Amino acid sequence: MNLALRDVRRNKLRFALTTLGVGMLLATVLSMTGIYEGALTDALALPRAVGAAIWVVQPRTFGPFAEPSRIPRDTRDLVRRMPGVAAAGAVTFQTVQTTVGSKPVRLYLEGYEPGRPGGPATIVAGHGLTESHYQIVVDASTGLSVGERVPLGPYRDPYTVVGLTHGMVSSSGDPMAWVNLLDAQALQFAVPPPLERREQAAKRTPPTTTDINAVVVRLEPGASASAVERNIVRWKHLAAVPEAQEEGYLTLFVIQKMQQQLGMFMGILITVSAVIIALIIYTLTMDKLRSIATLKFIGAPDRTIIGLIVQQALTLGVAGYAIGLALVMAMKNHFPRRVQLELRDLVIVFVIVIVVCLAGSVLGVRAAVKVDPAEALASG
Amino acid sequence: MADSLPIDPWPRVELRGVSKHFGEGETRVDALVDIDLTVLAGEMIGLRGPSGSGKSTLLNLVACVSEPSAGWMRLDGDVVYDARWLRGDLRRLRLMKIGFIFQTHNLLPFLNATENVAEAMELAGMSSRQARTRADGLLDYLEVGHRRHAYPSEMSGGEAQRVAIARALANGPRIILADEPTAPLDSVRAHVVLDLLGRIARDHEAAVLVVTHDESIFGRFDRLISLRDGRLVATEEIKRPSGVSAPASLPVL
Repeated sequence: MNLALRDVRRNKLRFALTTLGVGMLLATVLSMTGIYEGALTDALALPRAVGAAIWVVQPRTFGPFAEPSRIPRDTRDLVRRMPGVAAAGAVTFQTVQTTVGSKPVRLYLEGYEPGRPGGPATIVAGHGLTESHYQIVVDASTGLSVGERVPLGPYRDPYTVVGLTHGMVSSSGDPMAWVNLLDAQALQFAVPPPLERREQAAKRTPPTTTDINAVVVRLEPGASASAVERNIVRWKHLAAVPEAQEEGYLTLFVIQKMQQQLGMFMGILITVSAVIIALIIYTLTMDKLRSIATLKFIGAPDRTIIGLIVQQALTLGVAGYAIGLALVMAMKNHFPRRVQLELRDLVIVFVIVIVVCLAGSVLGVRAAVKVDPAEALASG
Repeated sequence: MADSLPIDPWPRVELRGVSKHFGEGETRVDALVDIDLTVLAGEMIGLRGPSGSGKSTLLNLVACVSEPSAGWMRLDGDVVYDARWLRGDLRRLRLMKIGFIFQTHNLLPFLNATENVAEAMELAGMSSRQARTRADGLLDYLEVGHRRHAYPSEMSGGEAQRVAIARALANGPRIILADEPTAPLDSVRAHVVLDLLGRIARDHEAAVLVVTHDESIFGRFDRLISLRDGRLVATEEIKRPSGVSAPASLPVL
């Protein structure tokens, strides 16, 4: 007879509430692992969608994502003509803040040249940019829809949403948006007319508005990436960063701190969960001391008593985990940032829960094993 | 009690020179001093005495949850607590040969009547199905079979005590110990329980040792033993079973 399950069956409501509490705790742990993985996926989504083999950026920078990078626009033509290069596209990146209606919208805006590498990989609604100005493609996570107008720039020029992507956000979690490179350059580099007039009066050259942040390079099949890189860096004002290295910069410099933070938070949560589970199991055991003394009195071996406690702890852990997982699965699309549950992480958390339950039952088992059968004789 | 007894004349419980003390030096308390006691198969003995007289200590010793400080004790023919006995052996002895009825039934609150009784049998190695069938039989025998699916919290005091008695009988014990089994019951139910214990002593050839304060049931025992300050001070023969006599002395095994 499985005493643990019998006890659970008899105290359904109490066990259900306890398990729900543990489940909510584990839901927090699971969502943290999901946010941790989601941050990595978000950070790498853009460079992977661009599909570049090489990023051409300003030398001695970790651009264009980890650090600002600024290079001349003609770099694209320069690189395109190099042997082994199949396509090259000039791109810019910047974060913009605007308001659509009364709703604040923050976008990670990429300027690209339609027909060249760098644009959105997949459009799920509407279409890509078809005109040179005032069109914008945004990610569906903005909540915007095709046809809406997004005011951008110092004069809040209206950009019409012509297409939507799905699941494209920056490493900070801001939804991605794409505009024509010319518009993006104006938004990033153009100076307002009063400042331009002041610069002219001072006989200074106004800042150029034709710079770009990077050039994305795709190679011809069979072309040697290292040979192309060597060709690029012969130009001293350029640096060539292979895709893998660019992803490394993102992981190392942009999201590492956040991941460490999440990791620390997960560690604290798991520790708190362990303490709470141990306390619950200890309390459940304390409530049964008289029954345990009676069982011992009538001749139950220690393994029966230990089995009762450990099985109950595992039941609590497994049921709590299932509830936690169900909660996260139900809620994950409502989180402001991507929650990505990986099978590996789910297995790791499950194993941790089992270990925590086993460790947590140690206190209860110790208390139960110490119980003197004679305590069953105490009245009351 | 029945007029004719079964009866195996071998003592089920035999204590010789048994003492038990707690603490040492100035804190030493002599809970039991030089107790000689024999309980035969089919006998139902009452054990009375004021609080602190050593009744519970004596019950603990016979139940093998406490070890005597001096003297020897034989249960169903085996001398316990000599060098051959391990903790597991005592546990097995309690499980197989001793049935215990607690003052407040001590049924496991999360098991129903059948499960409470069957659990003791499953602990002894019986299959779950067999144990349940036998448990239901015992509950019927104790006229509480109609409550087999009830949990202890759903039973009356008398019903719970009968289920507790069924549990005590689960593995066919040779010795039944009862710690004030009628305390939570009214006088009618108390006499019903005593009738049951008497019937069990007779039907199961068990030695029944009952601790009680309840004067109204003193007349229901075969012998009534009085304890005071840890000493056995009086034995009152009430209705000695015919055809049974305790051997003068038995060899130590």
